[in-house]
Amino acid sequence: MPELTNSSALELAAGLASGEFSSVEVTQAHLDRIAATEDDFNSFITVTDELALDTAKAVDAKRSAGEDVHALAGVPVALKDLVVTEGVRTTAGSKMLENWVPPYESTVHSKIRAAGLPVLGKTNLDEFAMGSTTEHSAFGNTRNPWNLDHVPGGSSGGAAAALAGFQAPLSVGTDTGGSVRQPAAFTGTVGVKPTYGSISRFGIIAMASSLDQVGPMGRSVADAAALHELLAGHDPLDSTSLPDEVPGFLDAARTGELKGKKLGVIKQLRGEGYQDGVRDAFSAALEVAAAAGAEIVEVDCPAISYALDAYYLIMPSEVSSNLARYDGMRYGLRVEPETGPVTAETVMSATRAAGFGDEVKRRIILGTYALSAGYYDAYYGSAQKIRTLVQNDFAEAFASCDVLVSPTAPTTALEFGAEAAADPMALYLGDVATIPANLAGIPGLSLPAGLSEGLPVGFQILAPAREDVRLYEVAGPLEAALESAGGRVLDTLAEGLEAK
Amino acid sequence: MTESSAITPEQVEHLASLSRIAMSEDELKSLAGDLTTILGNVARVNEVAGDDVPATSHPIPLTNVMRPDVVGPTLSSEQALAAAPAAADDKFLVPQILGEE
Amino acid sequence: MKYEDAIKKYDPVIGIEVHVELGTATKMFDAAPNTFGGGPNTNITPTSLGLPGSLPVVNEKGVEYAIKIGLALGCEIAETCRFARKNYFYPDVPKDFQTSQSDEPIAAEGQVEVELSDGTLVTVPVERAHMEEDAGKNTHVGGATGRIHGADHSLVDYNRAGVPLVEIVTHPITGTGERAAEVAAAYVRTLRDIFRALDVSEARMEQGNVRADVNVSLRESPDAPLGTRTETKNVNSFRSIERAVRFEIARQATLLEAGEKIVQETRHFHEESGETSSGRPKSDADDYRYFPEPDLVPLQPSREWVDRLRETLPELPAQKRRRLLAEWKFSDLEMRDIVNAGLLEAIEDTVTAGAKPSAARKWWTGEVARLANQEDRHPTEIVTPAQVAGLVDLIGQGKLNDKLAKEVLSGVVAGEGEPAEVMDARGLEIVEDTGALEAAVEEAIAANPDVVEKIKGGKMQAIGALMGPIMKATRGQADAGKAKELILAKIGV
Repeated sequence: MPELTNSSALELAAGLASGEFSSVEVTQAHLDRIAATEDDFNSFITVTDELALDTAKAVDAKRSAGEDVHALAGVPVALKDLVVTEGVRTTAGSKMLENWVPPYESTVHSKIRAAGLPVLGKTNLDEFAMGSTTEHSAFGNTRNPWNLDHVPGGSSGGAAAALAGFQAPLSVGTDTGGSVRQPAAFTGTVGVKPTYGSISRFGIIAMASSLDQVGPMGRSVADAAALHELLAGHDPLDSTSLPDEVPGFLDAARTGELKGKKLGVIKQLRGEGYQDGVRDAFSAALEVAAAAGAEIVEVDCPAISYALDAYYLIMPSEVSSNLARYDGMRYGLRVEPETGPVTAETVMSATRAAGFGDEVKRRIILGTYALSAGYYDAYYGSAQKIRTLVQNDFAEAFASCDVLVSPTAPTTALEFGAEAAADPMALYLGDVATIPANLAGIPGLSLPAGLSEGLPVGFQILAPAREDVRLYEVAGPLEAALESAGGRVLDTLAEGLEAK
Repeated sequence: MTESSAITPEQVEHLASLSRIAMSEDELKSLAGDLTTILGNVARVNEVAGDDVPATSHPIPLTNVMRPDVVGPTLSSEQALAAAPAAADDKFLVPQILGEE
Repeated sequence: MKYEDAIKKYDPVIGIEVHVELGTATKMFDAAPNTFGGGPNTNITPTSLGLPGSLPVVNEKGVEYAIKIGLALGCEIAETCRFARKNYFYPDVPKDFQTSQSDEPIAAEGQVEVELSDGTLVTVPVERAHMEEDAGKNTHVGGATGRIHGADHSLVDYNRAGVPLVEIVTHPITGTGERAAEVAAAYVRTLRDIFRALDVSEARMEQGNVRADVNVSLRESPDAPLGTRTETKNVNSFRSIERAVRFEIARQATLLEAGEKIVQETRHFHEESGETSSGRPKSDADDYRYFPEPDLVPLQPSREWVDRLRETLPELPAQKRRRLLAEWKFSDLEMRDIVNAGLLEAIEDTVTAGAKPSAARKWWTGEVARLANQEDRHPTEIVTPAQVAGLVDLIGQGKLNDKLAKEVLSGVVAGEGEPAEVMDARGLEIVEDTGALEAAVEEAIAANPDVVEKIKGGKMQAIGALMGPIMKATRGQADAGKAKELILAKIGV
């Protein structure tokens, strides 16, 4: 494997800054890697070769002219295809938007463009980010580079697979109930769900507005921290954007120490339903953390038992409203009914029947029910109260701990089709550890904590709202400790891929 | 959840109509089953939180986020209509509208 | 059943929802211009078009205007309130939900004092005023009638989508009896005047800046529970509001008389016939699935802000009428005539320019109104308050009497110049030459000995018989008061 695609984003940034190689070389190497591996992984819905190389050339020119550029300038990045890109098809993984070319720019892409990161393409996802396997994409399954018979997780499955498959050094995902952290766990990469409002949602196609958050993803904690620093910051176009200064996430990742840190293990998130291999890897990681000087305690968050229930009322309710606009009138797919009169109403119904997949329809119908007159208080209203209780539990836990920890997911990456056999609720249980952070708005990070039967296990760290910096203070040194104890998880994969 | 609170295909049909999704009989039946299962699991949210617990609609408590009344950039009608399934006279062309608001 | 009979038999209850488009520079939730004109689909941003990924941000001026309206209606301004999504599918609603306010309006529980044409005051209870956004506009094409049914397709322009609206909803208005229709129209007119006084909207009915939905129900007696109501949508002139209410009352009474039930439904008003027709019945489709808008955060207008806005409130029309009534010492009847004739401001300006209130009123409602009426114009279109004040001033100086002033006025109206200029040009100033007046008086006395005898006998009103010849001799420029003094002096009474 060429060295450039095996490097971390920060290594690439350093090499670009020193003139060791050019952004065009780095970008071309990744485009070549994508071309060579896409048949296997299918991480991308759209690859934007020309655009990426244009950006790379422009950055190289600026560098040779001695102009000041962003530290990550010239380092390629992949965007989940839920991020609006002006002039570049943006599909949300749905037939509904198969040919939609946005006439405006998202704040996330504006920042990436301004900083000069070549965009390699738009990565695959479960339709409108609904799913945790990327099997619900209208553009085919993305396969897990660790084992092509297994899912990469989801909904940011393409973003995670692109990292694990060494197609991109950085990825931008989104996380509504775990959609960044769980695929990161399944692919042995690092995924961060920042505090709600840390990164602008303007131009991020909405799934559930009060839960959605953009997440930086990389192959190391430091890479994710650097990308988070680039993307975060107040945006007047997003009313829920935090007005806070962006702290030095990268510094925190580099200088943080485990010594003296108190890690609270959430009692509710390590018991039943967790694979033995996941539990073992998690326990081993806790031992490594303890050995490095961290204090491990157990905390009780009883309301978390109800978080999944609340999530599966709030999320579909917001989905049912956010996805109403896909009606075939203004943009996207329009389908006329095969029989009967052609009216605005029948065209809307036929368009939505043809344009949405089953999982999206299921959630829209569920949300419509939960918001209906007569059910609102019992369902949506009660779920919003659970949200308060979850926040209270976290607040209490954080009063005595610096961060909270759990396995990111109860299992490692499932085989394709595994979920089709399960009832919908069993399926949703896979999100049990990641959902509470979205309900409470707090930040979470998943980093690799070893392997179970050849597949990566994720270790989740949660911090109080607006204290994202704590994630990096703990994850940085924990990653280092885990790597010195058991080696770098992704190296196993890299060796395997090279052997092929 | 008791048998009587099972979601019927007829109820799903109504919900599908409210959410403008044409559905076959099979889909209605299958979704009725799914909804019954899901709601059977999540219905307990109703029993957990009492009247004294406030509802949280926004995870981070911000208030009074407003913008000044200043005109910003707009889309041209060409940009707006570029993705339209059908257009005429610089307007979006939509099928005949029955029923009114 | 005729309205007059219906109203004798049933007690009408009305309820009115008024939508006013705010005159902000930009839309409610995005920075697209809030203006008329320009080509279709040009005043739009990704947000007003509801593009995937777009987000709303609240227009501060829109909130300010909503608070001002709330304050002017005597409402409580909420300490905290939220926006909500009202979910329904319609092609002119870009997101297929309207951002509105549901159970947390920015203003609640106020009242509006409405004055009817005979001066009767009616207090209309206001339930709430809330903020929301307008929809785009559909043009129905291809059908024979141009109406919705029968159209082949529609063309949608989203320029209006997202324009800020405040919706004002009344409680049921009871006790208006036979004046129900009049009250409905007067209420909307009063709101229109308030919007203009607050300068929050151009409030032009014909432009659709102000739109009213009128609810009507009937009951057997004021003690009976409320009957089933109908909602007549988008009635857009004061006259139409009155006609729509009259029609609905008569229509419903006819049905009730026949033992039929009123269907709860929306109805449409037809300008040509003055009738309403059935729209669609209330149904499950009206399940709007309101929930708090997650993309907007709660508003908590600070009390300082609200107080500051309260201080900037201009005098509202009803307050102004009450103040001027006290200052000018007119009778209620006189005041009402002025208001109905649309002369309140003209008279106020004339008084400000120096005229006495009584003189200003006399000229505006008298000769000016008469001249304007002849030309089928409004009095304020033919002269200015400054000109009327000038005329009154010349009378006060003794340079003109009423008769001459009328001549001057007609010259002013004819465009001959300001009152003093017309007076000079036409040579109408009252003659101060007492010699000429004395000669005329003496001549009149000599020519009318019988009249002189009557005056001497104490019949003072007989003096009038001498005034004709005196005025004739002086070409009407004699000061009647001085002439009278001279007559009495000469006769020696």
